[in-house]
Amino acid sequence: MSLSVKTRAERFVATLRHCQVLGLTVESAQDNVLIMRLPYSEQIVGNPVTGTVHGGSLTTLMDTACGTAVFSSLPGFELCPTLDLRMDYMKAATPNRDLFAEARVTRVASSVVFTECEVFQGEERDLVAKCAATFMRIGENMTPPEFRALIEHGDDATTTGAAQ
Amino acid sequence: MSFETVLQQAQQSGNFQPLVDGIPYANLIGLKFQRFGQDVLFHLPANEDNIGNPILPAIHGGVIGGFMELAASLHLMMTMDTAALPKMIDFSLDYLRAGRHQDTFAECQVWRQGSRVANVAITAWQTERTSPIATARAHFLLAR
Repeated sequence: MSLSVKTRAERFVATLRHCQVLGLTVESAQDNVLIMRLPYSEQIVGNPVTGTVHGGSLTTLMDTACGTAVFSSLPGFELCPTLDLRMDYMKAATPNRDLFAEARVTRVASSVVFTECEVFQGEERDLVAKCAATFMRIGENMTPPEFRALIEHGDDATTTGAAQ
Repeated sequence: MSFETVLQQAQQSGNFQPLVDGIPYANLIGLKFQRFGQDVLFHLPANEDNIGNPILPAIHGGVIGGFMELAASLHLMMTMDTAALPKMIDFSLDYLRAGRHQDTFAECQVWRQGSRVANVAITAWQTERTSPIATARAHFLLAR
């Protein structure tokens, strides 16, 4: 059974505890482009006067969006750790509006995967931040079988995984 | 009370705890700090909710980044005469080791403070200060 790119992406994000805390969701995922949503919430505010979200929550959004785009676009079940992230904060995000990250895999090499990402708000795509991130390929055989099961079988594997 | 007033009070009294308590994101990840004169040690206690990879388990890379960004801006407010929250312009983060599910520490170094921009380096480690899990560099726009 082959999983759709979006299902792989959704199951990948479901395994990341902090992303569940933030409420990150996969809006769309195709070949090498992925859109992820970070809902606005009080808990991620960095400036209590203006209600602007903290850059740290955008770091998590961008790292996760790029990492998920990498994971879901590679053919196997490769967990690729982030090597580095470079972020530009173009403007403060508008409070009470959700944030969207569009991540793109620009090149898959034998040891490294290159990605880029833009964070925007609203239909007018008001640009808030940009990022370039690189990921290390550690090889499919380095991915723990429990993790692979979580992706292949989704929630059904959670109970099986816990029993191991 | 405005954030600027809270900041001003903290700078006068030297007690930054009320300021940090007023930042929701700092509470979300659980940032703590200790001051030793001009030195500041930032501390991120192990927290289940900060985990990314559940199998290792490891702290989400984004949380490590957020912790370091927050540490850098707090460090600037604690050690510099800045009238408002510094605005981050850019942030460059290198991951050196997986951040395990344990306590993480960070310290900052202000390499240059100009009239408008400050350059800050941040180092994060867990068991040994000499084996960092991540290093970063940030530019901040200072309020004038």
